[in-house]
Amino acid sequence: MNRLFKVQSVISKPVGWSSIRSFHSSSANYMFEKILIANRGEIACRVMETCKKMGIKTVAIHSDVDKNAKHVNMADEAICVGPAPTSESYLNIDAIVEAIKMTGAQAVHPGYGFLSENSRFVKELENIGVTFIGPGSYAMHALGDKIESKRIAKEAGVSVVPGYIGEVDGMDHVIKIANEIGYPVMVKASAGGGGKGMRVCRNDEDVKIGFRLSKQEAKSSFGDDRMLIEKYIEHGRHIEIQVLSDGENALYFPERDCSIQRRNQKVIEEAPSPFMDEETRTKMGKEAAALCKAVGYKSAGTVEFLVDHDKSFYFLEMNTRLQVEHPITEEITKQDLVEHMIRIAYGEKLKIKQSDIKIHGWAMESRVYAEDPYRNFLPSIGRVKKYIRPSGPGIRIDGGIFEGAEISTYYDPLISKLITYGENRKNVITKMKRALDEYYIKGVNHNVAFLRDVMENKDFVDGNVTTDFIPKEYPEGFQGYKFSPKQIEQLSICAVFLRFVEQHKNLTNSSNTNRTSSISPDILYIAKVENVRHSIHFYPLDNSETDAAANGANGDDSSRFMVQFIDQEKDGQVIKEFELNLVDATPQFIKLNIGGISHRFQIHDKTSTSYTLQFHGSKIPVTVLSPEEDLLCQYMPVKKTVDSSNSLISPMPGTILSLAVNVGDKVVLGQELCIVEAMKMQNVLRAPKDCEIKSINVKPGQVVSVDEVLIDFK
Amino acid sequence: MLSRRLLNKNTIQFLNKNCKNVSSQGIKSFATGKPTPAKEPFKAVKYESTIERINGRIQEETERAQLGGGVKKIDVQHGKGKLLARERLDLLLDDGSFREYDMLVTHRCTDFNVEKTPGDGVVTGHGTINGKLVFVFSQDSTVNGGSLSEAHAEKICKIMDKAMLVGAPVIGLNDSGGARIQEGIASLAGYAEVFQRNVMASGVIPQISVIMGPCAGGAVYSPAITDYVFMVKDTSYLFVTGPDVVKSVTNQEISQEGLGGAKIHTTKSGVAHLAFDNDIDALKRVREFVTLLPSNPNEPAMREAFDSPSREDDVLDQIIPDDPNKPYDMKEVIERIVDEGEFFEIQPEFAKNIIVGYARMEGRTVGFVANQPKELAGCLDIDASVKAARFVRFCDCFNIPIVTLIDVPGFLPGTNQEHNGIIRHGAKLLYAYAEATVPKISIITRKAYGGAYDVMSSKHLRGDTNYSWPTGQIAVMGSKGAVEIIFRGKGDIKEQEQIYNDKFANPLPAARRGFIDDIIPPRMSRQYICEDLEILKNKKLSNPTKKHGNIVL
Repeated sequence: MNRLFKVQSVISKPVGWSSIRSFHSSSANYMFEKILIANRGEIACRVMETCKKMGIKTVAIHSDVDKNAKHVNMADEAICVGPAPTSESYLNIDAIVEAIKMTGAQAVHPGYGFLSENSRFVKELENIGVTFIGPGSYAMHALGDKIESKRIAKEAGVSVVPGYIGEVDGMDHVIKIANEIGYPVMVKASAGGGGKGMRVCRNDEDVKIGFRLSKQEAKSSFGDDRMLIEKYIEHGRHIEIQVLSDGENALYFPERDCSIQRRNQKVIEEAPSPFMDEETRTKMGKEAAALCKAVGYKSAGTVEFLVDHDKSFYFLEMNTRLQVEHPITEEITKQDLVEHMIRIAYGEKLKIKQSDIKIHGWAMESRVYAEDPYRNFLPSIGRVKKYIRPSGPGIRIDGGIFEGAEISTYYDPLISKLITYGENRKNVITKMKRALDEYYIKGVNHNVAFLRDVMENKDFVDGNVTTDFIPKEYPEGFQGYKFSPKQIEQLSICAVFLRFVEQHKNLTNSSNTNRTSSISPDILYIAKVENVRHSIHFYPLDNSETDAAANGANGDDSSRFMVQFIDQEKDGQVIKEFELNLVDATPQFIKLNIGGISHRFQIHDKTSTSYTLQFHGSKIPVTVLSPEEDLLCQYMPVKKTVDSSNSLISPMPGTILSLAVNVGDKVVLGQELCIVEAMKMQNVLRAPKDCEIKSINVKPGQVVSVDEVLIDFK
Repeated sequence: MLSRRLLNKNTIQFLNKNCKNVSSQGIKSFATGKPTPAKEPFKAVKYESTIERINGRIQEETERAQLGGGVKKIDVQHGKGKLLARERLDLLLDDGSFREYDMLVTHRCTDFNVEKTPGDGVVTGHGTINGKLVFVFSQDSTVNGGSLSEAHAEKICKIMDKAMLVGAPVIGLNDSGGARIQEGIASLAGYAEVFQRNVMASGVIPQISVIMGPCAGGAVYSPAITDYVFMVKDTSYLFVTGPDVVKSVTNQEISQEGLGGAKIHTTKSGVAHLAFDNDIDALKRVREFVTLLPSNPNEPAMREAFDSPSREDDVLDQIIPDDPNKPYDMKEVIERIVDEGEFFEIQPEFAKNIIVGYARMEGRTVGFVANQPKELAGCLDIDASVKAARFVRFCDCFNIPIVTLIDVPGFLPGTNQEHNGIIRHGAKLLYAYAEATVPKISIITRKAYGGAYDVMSSKHLRGDTNYSWPTGQIAVMGSKGAVEIIFRGKGDIKEQEQIYNDKFANPLPAARRGFIDDIIPPRMSRQYICEDLEILKNKKLSNPTKKHGNIVL
């Protein structure tokens, strides 16, 4: 019985991961025996992979709602440390210390976020004689604090961003400093990270709102609401240097370019940077290493720089933890950073030299988030109903979820990090496109469409990317992929093919009295995509037609079809024709070879007359009709749509944090109405027009769902 | 304009076809379709002209029949977002498969100068859907409002009789103003003739009604008796008495839509089984539905399998939440088990606490009944019991195996339920399961408490195979209530609950008694069901000979 009930783990090894060789595998005898990973999601899984490779036992911690999470399944032991809210579980130092004592873990890897830069936690660990896998508390304290780190960096001879070195508080003080530095400025939490608690402000009004929100976010995310303010360098590139230091030797790694950001959160990163030359690289590396030495740094860390168009660079901050985007550095240098961290923490000295760190090809990371790119990247929650990951050479996925997982408002909406690597940038982009096309996610909204669109953006392909790439290229927000006429033809062909296969599957029913003649072998279809309409004549080339359909359904590659685009106005004249081969088919994917070129389509939804296909990352419904249905279509009543313009609708599920208006207030376009917090991000909802508040349907603290009507207007 | 073009096209096709018949095989009677023997060709001019004259008259009457109520009324029908009777049949049936009967029938009424139109407001005949024979009638509301005359009813009866004779489904496309008042009692008699046939055909052939316009008064009882009633959103209504009568009797103002629209009947009254977006959507979905159904009890509904019977689904192993009070979506469980994840749900918006519908397992059509923990915790209430009972009985009539997925905490308590007769309505489901002789397979996914356990396809009601997932809990009630009764509030309640849970909150007690045949890993559910269906495909079980049972109506 037991054999049957063993819950089969749904986890597969991260793809491409094995390519990184293990260091010192012979010395594994002298090493930690058990490590607790004080994190969740993909990073917990990532750390465990290395632990497993090194023969170290792992302990996972988790909250109530995470008890079936991937990282829990992966670990040798798992301890629940509290309820869902992070402040009561993953940030609950007492409970975590208890878990360490219970399991006898000798060291703790904090991952990123949560307690990774919390010096109180480090102290607690020191007290009970458990090793913290990260820098010492001094370095962490000095560098983790943005104000303090700026001071140290300046002393170590690192170039820093102009600004006020010190804490700012009180609105008058903030506005005064902002004016002294000159707009635009950046207000940010001294303890911050991950884009939380920071905002760009372009005038006094922005500062007033931005400062307040950032401060609140900082308080809820990091428990520290000290703020600083500095000059915001526009059109800069965000380039960072990975460092590894054992306290004596400090090594620097080739840079990572993390310029594509939205709301100061990185979305796409690559290494090396297409903008960089060897001279600047070395100069930045050396400054980064010097900073490490100045504080006696002992672990892996990242020194972030802002690089101007003339390649002058400014120190932003140093992250004293493993970064989200560390895999791209691993892939181009073939080093396992987590292993180095563990070894340094154990007390080993670095056995690699600066000269061992070379650049092998190119690597790129796309962060796949559960969010809605069409709604200004607002977080999305739900159950991941279908989840199929891409795979193949040069593709690595660091992920923390599996099919059936629940994405909740409690945690970061990161689904996975999709990493591709290869010999050069072009090759890596090609692989990324393919990987995104093979990534099938259903149940939550996600940003694959956006990522896929960026991969075809001219500036991105040319490597001309700065931190304002997204606002510049998508000023109206992401509107979806613009399909070319050729792609619309391909979509039409795919939908017609699906319809054909479906019809033939149904013809195999047992009460079919006259199988072969009930559908003529060649049929005319009308396919409609957006406003484009194609008449398509479709028929199998060889085999008998039922065989072809059966093969079609089973994904047999021997099926060949002819597709002809017909001009109905001109007596059915053939405009163009393609030979079609079915390459592969599953209920989720279909790969068709159209006129010699293979295309992969994802199948998402179907109605009685249409298929929703995902192609080049974006979903689009394609209607397929018979000529009769098409003719009669004109009589069908147009569906009524509900007018929602007279109310404020919650764009995402979350909690109402505050209301800025009362019933009867007259508001103007753009005025703040309320704040909805979701996934620790505070989102200001503004008046869509000049109007009067008729009724308010929510209270602060109330949990709201997506599309819930919050406020009605007169 | 286009409608006219289409009509002309049809007419021309029709005539071409028949003219060919004239030249090659002799004349075919347009009324019956039966060939009449070809005669020796004469050279006399007079004789040919007779044929020509007859042909001319046939053509004229045929054209009139094709045109229905005329161009003006056609435009009105289209303007309402509705298709014509013949256009509907074109979409419903395989291309060119429709064979019409009684195109030239007219009514015999002589009072009130009712306009005579060949066909008399209904198009009848047979055709195929994905190669499968079906009989159809499609009411034409452009002809006297689609009202039912004696002749109109006779046409419907004719195809029903024929469908029963050969064992093929009947699909009625209803779009009728009601009885032909001018005919008086003759029209009422017509209705009754149809009702009688509906009843006789019940359980012999599947009967499907698609309401595509008004259907009011006595007319509603024909669809009501049929196995499935589908409606088109915004353009169809079903009610016994219309808004005007309601107003005069009860003084209540209500719209047609509010009284008997698709929404009301698919969410509140449970009269209709599905509502479709528009005519095209409706007809396409009906095609899909008919393809799933057997044509009669002796013909299993099968098609080729396009999914592996041994496919495992790991997600099922984790789909049951740890918290027994937390819901999950049972529909997802079904979709993960069935062929290609395709589930044709019946009454998805009515009594949502129970799910019923059809899917294929290895190509074989199977009826699924499942408690939905997402709604009312999956309780059985009056509506759910009646909904599932009717579904189970249909499956049993037509030899469709039934798979039941169980997560039921019991019957819904409350005065509302008790006073409205949950006892007799709940008994319907019990009766239906107990009476059914088709293969019955069940899986307890979580709770199976109390009488609801017995009702839901249990071993004791001749369940063929009964499984439980490891998460199954088969007991008289949940631990809290049970402990209160057993210990009467004495002692440590927490501890007592724990004892009770250890004893009953698992599938072992039931497995030890053989009430469940095995405890199976959720991920392998599909494989188990497919294997059992294969084994049970020749199941023979009959109930005692009787006139008929007396189900608790």
